[in-house]
Amino acid sequence: MEGTAVRGRLNDQVPRKTGAWQTATVDSVLDETPTVRTIALAVPHWPGHQAGQHLDIRLTADDGYHAERSYSIASAPGEPVAITVERLDDGEVSPYLTEELRPGDEIELRGPIGGYFVWDPAADSGPLLLAAGGSGVVPLRAILRYRSEVGSSVPARLLYSVRTLADVIYRAELARPADGVEVIYTLTRKQPAGWTGYARRVDQAMITEVAWPVAMAPLAYVCGPTNFVEAVAADLVALGYPPQRVKTERFGATGTP
Amino acid sequence: MRPLEDDVLDGNAIGGLLIEVFGTEMTAEVGTCGSCGTAGPVAEMAVYLARMGTIVRCRVCDNVLMVFVEVRGVTCVDMRGLAQLL
Repeated sequence: MEGTAVRGRLNDQVPRKTGAWQTATVDSVLDETPTVRTIALAVPHWPGHQAGQHLDIRLTADDGYHAERSYSIASAPGEPVAITVERLDDGEVSPYLTEELRPGDEIELRGPIGGYFVWDPAADSGPLLLAAGGSGVVPLRAILRYRSEVGSSVPARLLYSVRTLADVIYRAELARPADGVEVIYTLTRKQPAGWTGYARRVDQAMITEVAWPVAMAPLAYVCGPTNFVEAVAADLVALGYPPQRVKTERFGATGTP
Repeated sequence: MRPLEDDVLDGNAIGGLLIEVFGTEMTAEVGTCGSCGTAGPVAEMAVYLARMGTIVRCRVCDNVLMVFVEVRGVTCVDMRGLAQLL
């Protein structure tokens, strides 16, 4: 008990080095879909974050084995830190985070991380073209929340590719977008009766219809599975988007397209 | 540009590792490939994560730009493939 008390005092006094691991406490959890959960965290030494950044989580097993994963921050700057995690069937970490972790539990994290895939409305006033594949919507949702928070009126379009409507994360929130924000879904596997929206994987024709004209100097953020990001980024560049105006974040083979 | 495998990541995935190694945020920094001269943000480089270490390759010519390996608790970095990293 004494050792714990000393360690606690030391943790409080040691100045936070950039990139240092720290212990956070789970504040609350919210199931967004049957396989996706948002975890709100109380982080004692959080320096604030930018829209689009992520944090790293580290789990340590009894034998000292570490597993580290990166998760995009789902909340806007100024809001309590939250991450949204998708449960992967063969995952090492996500089943624990989405099914075992409870309010009051502690977790090690470091962050915020990222200076490239961030949106700063003060630095760029271009219309936003946000393209999400599955769980790639998480950092883009943080961007939209930040847009509302600062009262930005830049036009924004979110093209969100998911398998079915039931897989849509933040569905209620996206059903009531802020002024100037359009949400366009493409349901790639199954559509409800009467669905008149897109019903296929994102392709050049869809991008041409949805993307802001190049003349408006838009800024694109593309996030999701690697295949999705590669295809959408290539389509945007083919449309004339300067490559430096297309920001990409690839989640690998995991995550729903 | 040659097509990459499904599970290849990008420099965003090693943002934390780069802070650990360089002491500062690096994903927006521009790196120049020593083989083909392609210059671009670290965030857009091709990243391969393995238990043994991390390999960062040029997206255009596949040249190995950076290798990170942890040896007895110390992260070793080989950046010979980069001509320049601002």
